[in-house]
Amino acid sequence: MQLIPCPWCGPREEAEFHYGGQAHVAYPEDPSALTDEEWAQYVFFRENPSGPFAERWSHSAGCRRWFNAVRDTRTHDLLAVYRAGEPMPEVTS
Amino acid sequence: MTAEPTSPLAGWTDRLAALAPALIVAERPYRSQLTVRVSDPDAVAAMGSALGVAFPPVPCTFSAGSGPFGDVEVLWLGPDEFLVVAPPGLQTEIEEVLRGALGSHRGSVVDTSAQRTTVVLEGPHVRDVLAHGCSVDLHPSSAPTGTCVQTLLARTGIVLQVTGADTFTVLVRSSFAEYLAAWLSDACVEYGVAS
Amino acid sequence: MTFRKPTGGEIDRHTLLRFTFNGVEYTGHPGDTLASALLANGVHEIGSSVKLGRPRGIVAAGSEDPTSLVQIEAPFPEPMLLATTVELYDGLVARGLAGQGRLAPEPDPARYDAKHEHCDVLVVGAGPAGLVAALTAARSGARVVLLDEQNQAGGALLGVDEYLDDRPSAEWVGDIVAELRTTPGVLVLERTTAFGMYQDGFVLALQKRTDHLGFAAPAGVARQRVWRIRTKQTVLATGAHERPVVFADNDRPGIMLASSARTFLHRYGVLPGSRAVVFTTNDSAYCAAIDLAESGVDIALIADARPDAPARLATECAARGIEVRAGQVVTGTEGPGRVTAVSIGDTRIECDTLLVSGGWNPVVSLFSQARGKLRYDTELGAFVPGEELDTVRAAGSATGELDLNACARQGREAGSAAAAAAGFTPGGQVPLPVSDSRCTSRSGLVVWRVPGADDASFVDLQRDSTVADVLRATGAGLRSLEHIKRYTTIGTAHDQGKTSGMIAAGIVAEALGVELAEQRPTTFRPPYTSVSFAALAGRDRGELHDPVRVTAIHPWHVANGALFEDVGQWKRPWYYPKPGEDLHTAVLRECRATRESVGMMDGSTLGKIDVQGRDAGRFLDMLYTNMMSTLKVGRIRYGVMCGVDGMVIDDGTVIRVGEERYLVTTTTGNAAKILDWMEEWLQTEWPHLDVHCASVTEHWATIPLVGPRSRDVLAAVAPDLDVSNEAFEFMTWHDTHVAGVPARVCRISFSGELAYEINVTAWYGLAVWEALMAAGEKYGITPYGTETMHVLRAEKGYPIIGQETDATVTPQDLGMSWAVSKKKPDFIGKRSFARVENNRTDRKQLVGLLPVDPTVLLPEGSQIVETDRLPEPPVRMLGHVTSSYPSAALGRTFALALVRSGHERIGETLYVPYEDSLVPVTVTDSVLYDKEGARRDG
Ligand SMILES: [Zn+2]
Repeated sequence: MQLIPCPWCGPREEAEFHYGGQAHVAYPEDPSALTDEEWAQYVFFRENPSGPFAERWSHSAGCRRWFNAVRDTRTHDLLAVYRAGEPMPEVTS
Repeated sequence: MTAEPTSPLAGWTDRLAALAPALIVAERPYRSQLTVRVSDPDAVAAMGSALGVAFPPVPCTFSAGSGPFGDVEVLWLGPDEFLVVAPPGLQTEIEEVLRGALGSHRGSVVDTSAQRTTVVLEGPHVRDVLAHGCSVDLHPSSAPTGTCVQTLLARTGIVLQVTGADTFTVLVRSSFAEYLAAWLSDACVEYGVAS
Repeated sequence: MTFRKPTGGEIDRHTLLRFTFNGVEYTGHPGDTLASALLANGVHEIGSSVKLGRPRGIVAAGSEDPTSLVQIEAPFPEPMLLATTVELYDGLVARGLAGQGRLAPEPDPARYDAKHEHCDVLVVGAGPAGLVAALTAARSGARVVLLDEQNQAGGALLGVDEYLDDRPSAEWVGDIVAELRTTPGVLVLERTTAFGMYQDGFVLALQKRTDHLGFAAPAGVARQRVWRIRTKQTVLATGAHERPVVFADNDRPGIMLASSARTFLHRYGVLPGSRAVVFTTNDSAYCAAIDLAESGVDIALIADARPDAPARLATECAARGIEVRAGQVVTGTEGPGRVTAVSIGDTRIECDTLLVSGGWNPVVSLFSQARGKLRYDTELGAFVPGEELDTVRAAGSATGELDLNACARQGREAGSAAAAAAGFTPGGQVPLPVSDSRCTSRSGLVVWRVPGADDASFVDLQRDSTVADVLRATGAGLRSLEHIKRYTTIGTAHDQGKTSGMIAAGIVAEALGVELAEQRPTTFRPPYTSVSFAALAGRDRGELHDPVRVTAIHPWHVANGALFEDVGQWKRPWYYPKPGEDLHTAVLRECRATRESVGMMDGSTLGKIDVQGRDAGRFLDMLYTNMMSTLKVGRIRYGVMCGVDGMVIDDGTVIRVGEERYLVTTTTGNAAKILDWMEEWLQTEWPHLDVHCASVTEHWATIPLVGPRSRDVLAAVAPDLDVSNEAFEFMTWHDTHVAGVPARVCRISFSGELAYEINVTAWYGLAVWEALMAAGEKYGITPYGTETMHVLRAEKGYPIIGQETDATVTPQDLGMSWAVSKKKPDFIGKRSFARVENNRTDRKQLVGLLPVDPTVLLPEGSQIVETDRLPEPPVRMLGHVTSSYPSAALGRTFALALVRSGHERIGETLYVPYEDSLVPVTVTDSVLYDKEGARRDG
């Protein structure tokens, strides 16, 4: 049972959290201006790196805040957590 | 013709009382509860003075005090979210007062009095019982009096307040209250309560 | 004859325990394990091997034993336990196994639980290193947990008769344990095995709390407990296991690890036999031989594989008349079951016991699970911790160190470093003991196997896997230990290869001609020892298996005989059978009563979310496919929500409570999901919007009052309310009092009938429900459950999210284009509606199906095909039946279905497999009852 450090509540067991997929995928400014392919990129396509990956998490059983985390997909180690709206910090994996 | 209220654990009063002395457990029903969303510091301060209780400035804590609405607690639920808890029957008045204090600032006030019920726990085994289902460290050095965490107890979400040396308050969603009571009863068997 | 010594050991000879093994009654003493008690009675054959049926005995004294599998029959059936780890109790009934046992068919009456524990320093293993580590950390003021799988502390000291600092080792152990037990913040757990080590200092440990009490186990105490330990720092003082050497016919009962025989002698006062041969590659077996000789065992010979025997030990042996032959190995054994003779080259020696030592394997499972790198130690012939981790340190023989003083020193250093890393400064230094042991040298000869009959040279005694199997694997081209492990099954039995894994690796390396240092050891995986599912389930079983959520009105449903349906975690009334009624007749009655007079149900489980703020309308416009910002205060609108992919995710009503305030409802199962969905958009995409959401699902009790007489009933309980059609229009709401309680009444309908939804604070739900029952009595008011609700809505063609939809269905597919705004520039899902895929004419669309035979009830989930005879496969499926009911109102059966190009097929005949035939069905519009909507105004 991994600990995930909520930026507000501190480290809690992962069972208190929900995963929200890749971070920093913004809702398009004007979806109607996109081609089907561009729209499909937004809806269906996500990165799947081996290594550091910026993800969204929600502390769903706690303060219910969404935040971002950089997780090393090879080890599951959380390299950084930061609040929604903040830029992704530099990490060393 | 006026309907009488029934609290979520009305049917459990005797069974919870029977857990003593392993655990002294009782429901505190019908408390006034308001979910408040506010972040503006002036509005937070105004709400605090309206209640006579300053809002908790630190995550995972609660504040308590007395004011025009009697004994009031303000629980931190999130960076801009609080639960105001007061004696029964005051929710409408308090909602109005808080709305006034909020003024034109961003935020909201919602009467959620019946959304959760309150269970108070005390006794020498209270930490042991909670540790059977709660992964948060409740050692006094980690969770001193004044702590207020939202977490899981067994399979239900709770708001857990540390209110004294061996006293805790648990707020649980009303629909989960009987599960919580059944779970507490089962956990107390270890401490000498008949199963 | 007894093999119990008259004195010695940690057993109580004054108390007799009776037990039965393989149908024979024996006695033992408190302090015995089942294994030691059997050996004391001269019983070496325990069971037989899983594939070959060869007799199996007792190889080791602890949890590393590969062979002594037993099934306990009384007090409660439990399979696959090791006789070496079952503590003896009076009345125990057990039998040996042929590799597998059976689970009890009856429910286990024992209690099981779990407990969370937090500490600064966790020490695993209460041997010399662990004890010193724990005390060192405890003296620094750290919160310490010390756990050990044995019933008492001491570790390897329990199996020897060493003196520490000139006194019995038990006294030294006792002093440390006593200090630990009286130090605040220290928890010492016996009979507790750390079976898994995970990320962030999370360790799972199984404590066997009452197993050893047998029939006397108190009913209220959890028999086993899973400790969920979260620690900042860990010291692994997990010790080492002796390993054997593989040779021909090495699997007979009576062949035992030398140190285990020594443990049986010193801990239990039991002799392994009368005449023993010792086969060793290192010094440690000499101590076993000398101790056993001094206890009266005839040591026929020590065969030492090394070219030279250790001089000092050889002298001590000579003084006791024990012959030592260097450069000799055991090449075979004989015996009908138990060993009767051993061959050493051409020499044949009769004996009833063969003691073997092939060196020591440090127990590195947890270190490996903690992602610590292992290193091959060529001198030891074993993998050892190859690095120090930030939070995990190994100490004692777990590192390969075998000298007691050095082990204790490592423990002190690890305990001190762990406490410091957790932020504590050292307290009083723990003195290091000095032992009088003869055998402290770790050097030996690394020998994996003695060449001989490969197919009778067993590597994994439990899996019946031999050297021949390993060579077959390497011969087949397998190179990696992971692959060979799976091919041969070596190391996959209950013991997880504790004694066999290293040997298998050695034999593989030899066969491949590679260095072991180059080989990657197989991954150690939890659990270290077997853990029962009952223990893992803990108290999460029976009524506590999953929370049962109930509404405020639930007690009434129970008292009035409702049968319940599980909807997520909710218990919802399914139907209320009267005496003699089944589902079918009860639902027909409930439907008829509701359509003809008045019915009501408990709708409190509906999700309810308060949405407030200046931008609330704008926000809801983005979430729903239809326009919500134009809704007038006091009015209600039905809405559909889609994902960004344009597929329907939920539906419900939206009530405009005020200029900046709405109350939205969700389906029962999606309440939490939709609130999360809203928060996700608000927090991550649109934080600039002035909107806040709050769940009020359980704040309100919700009671739909449905049917032509609902207005009369409402009027009776809500005297302040003008219930006329003009004053209280469809899709509007009013705040009033119902049964004297503040209430919000919404005029909405999910049945097509005149209907009201009464919302009161949940505390008053039960009383208001009873008041409505009383007020409706003269109209025959009928409570109904989810089944009737489903029929009533299906007759009107209203879809249920999750029943008619499955995340591939659009609003257009449901025939709900009317609920999709054309005016809004954007909303979630809108862009997807323009995708080519969404505009295919052959999408599956919601339609009604009327079986041509009006008595045929189509099974839900049935496939739909085009022709009345099945063509050759593959058969093209047109869709499936999503809902199917008999209808009182229609006087026939009907169904809803998703059908390819369904909207174009209305009027066509299609076919549905039913029992053994294909039955014809007519495709219709999904609205089957009161198409004009005349009834909803009453
Ligand atoms: Zn949090």
